[in-house]
Amino acid sequence: MAEITLSHLAHSYFPRPTEDSQFALKELDHVWQDGQAYALLGASGCGKTTLLNIISGLIRPSQGQVLFNGKDVTDLAPEARNIAQVFQFPVVYDTMTVRENLAFPLKNRRMDPDYIAARVQAIAEMIGMEAVLDRKARGLTADAKQKISLGRGMVRRDVNAILFDEPLTVIDPHMKWELRTQLRTLHREFGHTMIYVTHDQTEALTFADQVVVMHEGRVVQMGTPQELFERPAHTFVGYFIGSPGMNLIDAGIEGTRARIGDATVALGAAYGTLTGRTRIGIRPEYVTLTDGPGLPVTIRRIEDVGRHRIVRAELFGQPLNVIAEEGAPLPSGAPHVSFAPEKINVYADDWRVEGEAA
Amino acid sequence: MEKTVNQKAWFLVLPMLVIVAFSAVIPLMTVVNYSVNDTFGNNQFFWAGLEWFDEMLHSDRLWAALGRNVLFSAIILAIQVPLGIFVALNMPHKGFWASFCLVVMALPLLVPFNVVGTIWQIFGRPDIGLLGHFLWSLGIDYNYTANPLHAWLTIIVMDVWHWTSLVALLCYAALQSIPQAYYQAAKIDQASRWKIFRYIELPKMKGVLMIAILLRFMDSFMIYTEPFVVTGGGPGNSTTFLSIDLVKMAVGQFDLGPAAAFSLMYFLVILLVSWVFYTVMTNMDKEESAR
Repeated sequence: MAEITLSHLAHSYFPRPTEDSQFALKELDHVWQDGQAYALLGASGCGKTTLLNIISGLIRPSQGQVLFNGKDVTDLAPEARNIAQVFQFPVVYDTMTVRENLAFPLKNRRMDPDYIAARVQAIAEMIGMEAVLDRKARGLTADAKQKISLGRGMVRRDVNAILFDEPLTVIDPHMKWELRTQLRTLHREFGHTMIYVTHDQTEALTFADQVVVMHEGRVVQMGTPQELFERPAHTFVGYFIGSPGMNLIDAGIEGTRARIGDATVALGAAYGTLTGRTRIGIRPEYVTLTDGPGLPVTIRRIEDVGRHRIVRAELFGQPLNVIAEEGAPLPSGAPHVSFAPEKINVYADDWRVEGEAA
Repeated sequence: MEKTVNQKAWFLVLPMLVIVAFSAVIPLMTVVNYSVNDTFGNNQFFWAGLEWFDEMLHSDRLWAALGRNVLFSAIILAIQVPLGIFVALNMPHKGFWASFCLVVMALPLLVPFNVVGTIWQIFGRPDIGLLGHFLWSLGIDYNYTANPLHAWLTIIVMDVWHWTSLVALLCYAALQSIPQAYYQAAKIDQASRWKIFRYIELPKMKGVLMIAILLRFMDSFMIYTEPFVVTGGGPGNSTTFLSIDLVKMAVGQFDLGPAAAFSLMYFLVILLVSWVFYTVMTNMDKEESAR
C-alpha cells in the first residue's frame, strides 16, 4: 500500500510537443493518499486511461515523476512496481482452473505453497467463487471471469495500489451493483489504495472517496462526491455530474445579483468585477417551479423518469431543466421559477469564482 | 402447429446432385469399377472380385511407399509446426515490416507446385544451381540424384520452404487477435516468457494449429508434384511416395486394376486419418468446455 505522488506529470503522444493541445495529459501535481479509493472520471479521450497507464507503468510520462511512498518509480516497468490491474475486458487464463488463475501471481513470485493455498481460499471466499475453484476458467460467464481478474488483483497482500480500467464495462447492469458493492467492501476490509477509471458518474460517485474529474487532458476538479455536486469547480464538472447536469445560464454579475435578460436573481455571495463569459450554474434539483414570483419560463417538455419528473423549460431563450417532485402539481398559470440563492455557483470563462460573504 | 410437408423441395436439390454426380460420384465409381475388374482394353471387362485388393495388400512395394510417406509426413510436421510457430512469434506486429513480412511469407504459397519443383531442381544442381554449386565449393559431395539421403534432405527443405509460411501465417493471425491487455496482465503477474506462451499464446493458437496440422498432414501425405519434378521418385525408389507410385502403376505400367484398388485404399487411409484428427479436435474442445 502506498501514497502516490504525481509530480509535475504530463504526457504527450507526440515526440516533441510544441503546443498545449498536443498533450494528452496536461501538467498535474497531486498527492494521492495511502488507502483511499480514487475514481478518475471523464468522457472518452479525456486522458484518464493515459493517467492510469502512467501510474501502472505501461506508459512512461513525457515529463514529471511518479512516486510510490516517496520512491521514484517513473522508470520502473509495471511488474517492478508491485501493483495490480484489472482491465476493461476480463483477462483470465482460459486453460487454467479458477484456483490456478488465482494462484498464478503468487506462484510466479515463488511463494510458499501453503501460503498460496490459504490465500487463494480466502480470496475465493471474498469473491464468492469457492464452489467453482476447480472448474476451468474458460466456460465461465463474463462477470465470473471479471471476478477472477479482480481476485487475481487482490491475491497479493502487499500491492502498492490496485488499478481498475473501466472494469464493469462488459458486466450486466444488475451484476454491476453487486460487483461494485463487493469492491467497496474489499476496500474497507483491506485498505488498499485503489484507482478506478470510469466514464460512468454513478460508478465513480458510489465507489470513490475522492473523485478526480478530467476534461481534455486536465484534472478539472478533485473532491468528494458531495463537493462535486454542490460546488463544481468547472462548468464541465457541473454538466458531467448529475442527471440532468447543472443548468448554465449566461448572466451579467453585478455584486450580489445576477442579471438574466430583463430580470435579476439574488446570489448567495458578493462578487467583484468579472471578466470573460460569465454564467451562473444551478442544479435542476435547486430550481423550483412556482406560479410567480420569479423568472418567467416556457415549459417545452416533461419527462417522467419514475421517482421524479424532469421539466425541460426555456428561460429567456436559454434551456433550463427543473426537477419536480413526482405528483407535485405544476403551476396552473404562467410558469415561473425561483433559484435557491446559496446553491448558485458563478463561473467566469468556465471556472468557478468564489464569492465573498454578502 | 402442424408442419407442412412438401416433397417438391427435393427438386431444388436436384441441380446440385447432378453436379456432384458428374464431378465426384461417377468418376469415383469408374475407379471402383476398375478395381474389381480386369481389363485388356476395348472396354472388355472381366470380373476379378477382390483380387486386386488382396494383391495390393500383400505388395511390398505399396507398404514401402506407405512407410516412406508416413516418415515424410512425420518429419514435415515435426519441422514445420514448431518452426511456423517460432516465425509467427517473431514477426513484427505492425508497421511497414509487418506488411513486408506478410508479403514475403505469402510468396512461396503462390508459386505453382511444379514451378516449386523446378526451382529446387535447378537450385540443387551441382553444375548450375546456386545451392548445389555452393555446397560443392565447400567440398561437400552433394548430389540429390545419386544419394538417397541428399534426395530426402532436398525434398524436405523444399517442402519446408514451400509450406512453413502457411503454418506461420495461420498462427500469426491467431496471435494478432490476442488483446494487449493479456500481455499487460501477464507482465503484472510476473509470468515468464514461457508461461506467456504456454497459457496465453498457445491456447489462442490451438484452433488454427489443429487446422494447420490437418492441412499439412493431408498435403504431405498426398505429395506428388514437387518430388516428381525434382527426383522423379529416385534415386532407386528412395523418394517414391504413394502418389508417385500410384501414377507409375496406373499410367506407366497401365495396371489399371491394381492401381484402382490402390487408390481406393489410399483414399480411405486419408479419410480415416482426417476423421481421427477431426474427432480428437472436437472432443478436446468439448472436454474443455464441459469441465
